[in-house]
Amino acid sequence: MGEVYLNSKFLGTVENCEEFTSRIREDRRKGSITSNLNVFYYEKADEVHIESSKGRARRPLIIVRECRSMLTERHLKQLEKNEISWSDLLNQGVIEYLDAAEEENALVAFFEKDLTIEHTHLEITPLSMLGLCSSLVPYSNFNQSTRLNAGSKNQKQALGLYASNFAVRMDMDVNILHTPQKPIVQTIMHDISNYKMHPAGQNMVVAIMSYKGYNMEDAIVLNQGSIERGMGRSTYYRPSIAEELRYSGGLVDEVSIPDKDVKGYKTEKDYRFLEEDGIIYPEATVKEGDVIIGKTSPPRFLSSLEEYDLAAGTRRESSVTVKHGEKGVVDFILITENEEGNKLIQARIRDERIPETGDKFTSRHGQKGIVGLIVPESDIPFSASGIKPDLIFSPHGIPSRMTISHLIELLAGKVGALSGRYINGTTFDAEPEEKLRKELLSLGFRENGVETLYNGETGEQMQAKIFIGNMYYLKLKHLVANKLHSRARGPIQLLTRQPTEGRAKEGGLRLGEMEKDTFVAHGASLLLKERFDSDKTIVPVCENCGIIAIKDEFKNKSYCPVCGENVEVTDIEISYAFKLILDEFKSLCIYPKLQLESKY
Amino acid sequence: MSIYNEYKTKLTPKIIEDIQDYLKDKKVNDAKLRKILDKVVEEYEQARVHAGESVGVIAAESIGEPGTQMTLNTFHFAGVAEMNVTLGLPRIIEILDGRKKIKTPMMEIYLKKPYSAGKNVKEIALSIKETKLEEISTEFSINLVESAITVALDKIKIKELRITLAQIVTVVSKQLKGFSVKASKDGSSIILKSRSQEESLNEVYKAKEKIKDTHITGVKGISQVLPVKREEEFVIITAGSNLTDILQLAEVDNFRTTTNDIFEIQEILGIEAARQAIVDEVFKVIENQGLNVDVRHIMLVADTMCVSGFTKGITRFGVVSEKASVLARASFETPIKHIISAALIGEVDKLDSVVENVMLNQPVPIGTGLPGLVTKIKKKEEK
Repeated sequence: MGEVYLNSKFLGTVENCEEFTSRIREDRRKGSITSNLNVFYYEKADEVHIESSKGRARRPLIIVRECRSMLTERHLKQLEKNEISWSDLLNQGVIEYLDAAEEENALVAFFEKDLTIEHTHLEITPLSMLGLCSSLVPYSNFNQSTRLNAGSKNQKQALGLYASNFAVRMDMDVNILHTPQKPIVQTIMHDISNYKMHPAGQNMVVAIMSYKGYNMEDAIVLNQGSIERGMGRSTYYRPSIAEELRYSGGLVDEVSIPDKDVKGYKTEKDYRFLEEDGIIYPEATVKEGDVIIGKTSPPRFLSSLEEYDLAAGTRRESSVTVKHGEKGVVDFILITENEEGNKLIQARIRDERIPETGDKFTSRHGQKGIVGLIVPESDIPFSASGIKPDLIFSPHGIPSRMTISHLIELLAGKVGALSGRYINGTTFDAEPEEKLRKELLSLGFRENGVETLYNGETGEQMQAKIFIGNMYYLKLKHLVANKLHSRARGPIQLLTRQPTEGRAKEGGLRLGEMEKDTFVAHGASLLLKERFDSDKTIVPVCENCGIIAIKDEFKNKSYCPVCGENVEVTDIEISYAFKLILDEFKSLCIYPKLQLESKY
Repeated sequence: MSIYNEYKTKLTPKIIEDIQDYLKDKKVNDAKLRKILDKVVEEYEQARVHAGESVGVIAAESIGEPGTQMTLNTFHFAGVAEMNVTLGLPRIIEILDGRKKIKTPMMEIYLKKPYSAGKNVKEIALSIKETKLEEISTEFSINLVESAITVALDKIKIKELRITLAQIVTVVSKQLKGFSVKASKDGSSIILKSRSQEESLNEVYKAKEKIKDTHITGVKGISQVLPVKREEEFVIITAGSNLTDILQLAEVDNFRTTTNDIFEIQEILGIEAARQAIVDEVFKVIENQGLNVDVRHIMLVADTMCVSGFTKGITRFGVVSEKASVLARASFETPIKHIISAALIGEVDKLDSVVENVMLNQPVPIGTGLPGLVTKIKKKEEK
């Protein structure tokens, strides 16, 4: 006597639970009850749980009966001829979906040859344990699992063709790779996901060797000749957006070339690209500070009546300019309306990004690296047949990470490139390495993939044989051009008078608490003071009451707000932040009295 | 002798002593001795920390940097079976914070001569271990009619511990008032009878729970003992610590026996011992992690913790609250509290330490910022 639950609600009891569950399963396979139902017999409690609720994760498996897979050769042939489809297999009781609970009652075999009498299901393919991105890694069953994770993560950041209608889209911060290629070493997932229509990388000739230390610590060395031929080239798109906002009192922004009497007018040169409508023309080459969309806004605060009359004359400049550190060519302009009916203008700027030192590249095996050096093609090592690597990868990245698939892909890529075919590198179902080696040997190369290379500068033969072959490399979206930043002088914050933070605001690079400690540890007291005087100010202090006094620059007179004029006022140099904390103390009714003393 | 006295102000007593020891049976004339001592003074002056060296920050960095690596190692506990010892970063934090109650108190008991070689070690260890009534009994039962408690005893354990039934009876009867305690006729159990007939069941039950914790033998607070052979010598390691009682045992070598409870050491052996204990304990942990920190950094930390004569943790209640500067105290945790309490008593900040001067953007009085220029400004003579 067992209890039966439907979606966790008690339904009733049955005499024989096992018979009951198997009857439900039979009916489901026959199609007499819905296939969206899962049943789970919990032996220990003698309970049957039937689930039909939404939100369960389910996965398809081939049904096995008495050691025989229900998916027969006949089915496969029919599938190939397109006579039957997936849903037919479901209806015929060949395939069924199990949820997490029902899986507990099932015994699933990985391969058909492993089937025993106890098995209830057969895996469609062992690859189904991986997700989309992970199954795009060839030979991944030869890897440490962490590297597979890293490899699939990196693929998500690769530059490629993210949308085929990118030319008419206004996406923020996107890249398009110029000449993407299909990988030579593929997995079945490349076919399933139609990868060839939106590839995200290029096949490169990779040599595993060190190059003058410029590829140490995961760096890579690129061949300048390859770059000049277009390898790794991409375009960066970023739209600038301007809206004609409406303000209270019927005032609106206006997109136009600003008048010269507008508050905050830049120079005439900055507006030179604008056409009469105040918008830049396409294909204009712009650089930092150039105006893209000319715009004026009404004055910020309208307090007195007089200002209403003068409103037109005192409009503010609020143009959209090319941001600090950016450049490019105006690509596409869009004029439309936003949800509130305000005029909306977007101007997309494109910038060609040629690989440079600091750009990030990766193979599909979690072997990411940054370009450490770009070498002229004439100095690149070459093989007897004249092959020069596009990319030089450091051998030190291999032993500790144990990415065997990286090495196998290199070998497989070489075979594929030489024999002119694509190599199947599907996880658990790849072309065996043994076969690849034999084929490479028959192609006239050493079966282990190494070749004699010659020093590109001296022509000397290298003592070691170099492992060289073809690999699919991806350019990642972390480009130095978007990250490089430095500052000497620049903008400061209004409240604290300290430098702003972050690249976008042309900010300073903070010398933090721990960095400060190192200065103290070295006893570099005066250097420390100099590093921290970004917000230094001269403040007049009343010697009588010790409170910050007032300096009247017009009358050239200093006086104390408390003690009046007949008192000694001395100028001292402190950080503005300290002046602020003194003010804050005063607001807390704490009297911060400064007692001055001669330094000498 | 007189020559040594001349150098008393220039060298530490320890160094002079060492030189004396070294030159004891060597023939050195006065001129040579003077030369030696002058050289030593020179070396000593060289070795000393220079004025204005930021020893505190350097110590903090020297301990803090390896500390970051320690967090990554999750190797915090070690020991046999149930003998767990707090190690790694948690232990360092525990010591430097000056926690009164430490997580895993532990003792290392060294023994005097015949015992240290292995004589009766097991028996001594067992006699130290605190035994409660619960551990030597098999069953506690309540007789409802007579409101009596019968405690069935584990004879084998009692034999091991070498205690008699009479001893148990006296100990238990001391613990529990209002009950008469008797041993049963066959000696397999003790019976506790309520003197007042009208004891409620609740009371009896409470009494039963209470006597479970009755201390029978051993030293209070020592929950586990483990005799270990350490380089030709037997040492008893214990979980739980009770320095006062252990030092009074005749078999114990009370020169070397220690505990890892710093406050216990301070109470019994004094502040200098506590300072040394801090140094030893911190150094032990750092060494254990395979890291290398110069002891002098740790000694400096231990010194600051102990200068006041009491062990103080490096917290806003301990060492930091002693700082002279209001701004320095405020820059370390709970600023408002410090500023308000300073304002209430009209505290004056002399600005003679580091943090305050960083806040004001003034040169910090350390290193190059320390020396000042002393000169008399000549007043213009009136002609």
